Amino acid sequence: MSEPATLAGLIARAGGAGRTLSTRDHRLELSEFASGSPFGAERARFAGRSVVLSVSDMARAAAALIDLDGLARRILLCPPGWEADKIARAAALAEADALAYDEALAPPLALDVALPVSIPLTPGGETGAPILETEWVLPTSGTSGPPKLAVHTLATLAGAIAPAPLQEWATFYDIRRYGGLQIFLRALSGQGSLRLAGADEPIESFLARLGGSGLTHISGTPTHWRKALLSAATARIAPQYVRLSGEIADDAVLAGLAAAFPNARIEHAYASTEAGVVFAVGDGRAGFPAAWLKQSGAIEMKLVDGGLFVKTPRRALRLLGAAAPALADEAGFVDTGDMIEMREQRCYFVGRRGGVINVGGAKVHPEEVEAVLNSLAPVRASRVFAKASPITGALVAAEVVLKAPAGEARALERELIAAARKILPPHMTPARIAFVDDLPMTDAGKLRRHG
Amino acid sequence: MTVRDLVLTEIRTIAAEQEKALPPLDDDLLLLESGLDSLCFAILVTRLDDATGRDPFAAAKASEFPRTIGELIAFYELVDV
Repeated sequence: MSEPATLAGLIARAGGAGRTLSTRDHRLELSEFASGSPFGAERARFAGRSVVLSVSDMARAAAALIDLDGLARRILLCPPGWEADKIARAAALAEADALAYDEALAPPLALDVALPVSIPLTPGGETGAPILETEWVLPTSGTSGPPKLAVHTLATLAGAIAPAPLQEWATFYDIRRYGGLQIFLRALSGQGSLRLAGADEPIESFLARLGGSGLTHISGTPTHWRKALLSAATARIAPQYVRLSGEIADDAVLAGLAAAFPNARIEHAYASTEAGVVFAVGDGRAGFPAAWLKQSGAIEMKLVDGGLFVKTPRRALRLLGAAAPALADEAGFVDTGDMIEMREQRCYFVGRRGGVINVGGAKVHPEEVEAVLNSLAPVRASRVFAKASPITGALVAAEVVLKAPAGEARALERELIAAARKILPPHMTPARIAFVDDLPMTDAGKLRRHG
Repeated sequence: MTVRDLVLTEIRTIAAEQEKALPPLDDDLLLLESGLDSLCFAILVTRLDDATGRDPFAAAKASEFPRTIGELIAFYELVDV
C-alpha cells in the first residue's frame, strides 16, 4: 500500500517559486516547510497524537496544519473565538492528548503534550514516525445547539479541487472553517500565493491590503461581500474570479458584485462541513437549475418535504462521539437542513428547516424575506427575525443597512414596508424595520441571527 | 400627539399597508367589523408598544380586551404616552 498523501507533499508537488501565505502580521514562504516546522525539533512529540489546534492567527493555524498532517493521528481545528469550555468539550470528544497553542490563547487543558506554534519556522527534522492518514476534525458552523464535529481527511477535503493554472487567492473566511479550508487547500495545491485576514481585521483594511497584491481569485460569504460592497475599498482589487458560499446568495448581492467587478467570473458555491462541496452556480442568478435534481453520477440530490438531501463523494467520514447521529441515511444522502422552493424550473434556497418564524400558524423563512428586502434599491443588507406578539405569537421584524444615509427614518420605514408588501404576502412583510449601521457576523462569516 | 391620534393614525397606516378598506373609525365601531384581521392587530399592538413603551395586552386578561375602537383607545389612554 502506498503512503497517504499529505499537505506538505501536496505543496511540494505543486511546485512554483516564491509562493507565500500571508496574514496581516505574518508572512510564510511555502518552500520553508520542506525543512522548517513551527514546533522545531520538538515536532516528533506530536507523532500519532490527537492534537487540539487552538491559535488566534491564521498563519499559525496554517503552519501547524501543514506540519501536523501526516504526523498527528488527528487534528481538532478550533475556530477563532471558541470559549475554553467549548474547546474542552470538543477536545474530550476528539480524545485529544496534545495541544498546539499560541501564547496569546493557551486554553486550560491538561494534556500529555503542549507546544506553542512559533513563527518563524525553525529546523524540524525527520521523526522516523510512519506517515498517517490524519483525521481533520471540523466543527460544523451550525448557528444553534452544541457543535457537531465532522471527521474529514485530506482526501475528502481536497477531493473537489481540480488542477488549475496560476491562481492568486485571497479569502475573507477563516481557514479553520470548511469554506476557508477549501480555499486554503486550493491555494496550496496550485501555483500561487494565499492572502488571509488578520485576527479581527476589518474587511475594509483587509481589502486595502489586498490592493496591488496581484490577487486573481477571492472568496467570502454573502455577508462578507455585502460589507465589502459598502466599502469603497472594493475598487482596489480587480479579481478574475469571485466566489460566494456559506449562506444563500441572493440576486441583489450577485448583481452588486457583477457591477463592482465587471470583468470577474462570479460563482456561488453550495457546500457544507458534513456534505462537502456539492456544486457551484455561475449563471449570475440566485438558486440553481431544477434539472440538477435529476442528475445521476457522483453527486445526487433529492428533495424530501422541501428539504435538500445530497449524496457526494466528498462528505465527511462520520461525526465524532458515541451519541452522534449518523451523518448520512442508508442510501448515503446527507440531510442538509436547507429548505428549497421551486419556481419556474429553478430551485431557490429559502432558509433553514429550524429557522422558521411562525406568524399565527403561517411559516416564514427569514432568509426569504431578507432576499426581498435586499432587492429594494436603498438596501444593502438586512436581517429578519421574530418579534413576539401577544396576538399572532410572532411577527416578522427586520434590521436594514442602507447603501447610503437616508433622511427621516419613519418615512423610509413606511416606504420600504410598502415596497416589500408589493412583493410579499401580508404575514411575510416586516411589521417593523429598524435602520442600523452594521449587522453582526458570526466567527464563520455568516449573519448572526437572533436567539 | 394624543393617544387617540396615535392609535387612529397607526390603524390607517396599517390598513393602507395591508390593503384593507376601513369604515369610518367611530368609537363604537366593533374591532371585528373594522376590516382589520388578526395580523393587522398584531402589527398595531407591536407598533403602539414601540411608540408608548407599554403593551397593555400583555398585562390584561382576555376578558378585559377591548371590543370597540373607543375601548381600544381607552386601553392605551391608561398608559402614559
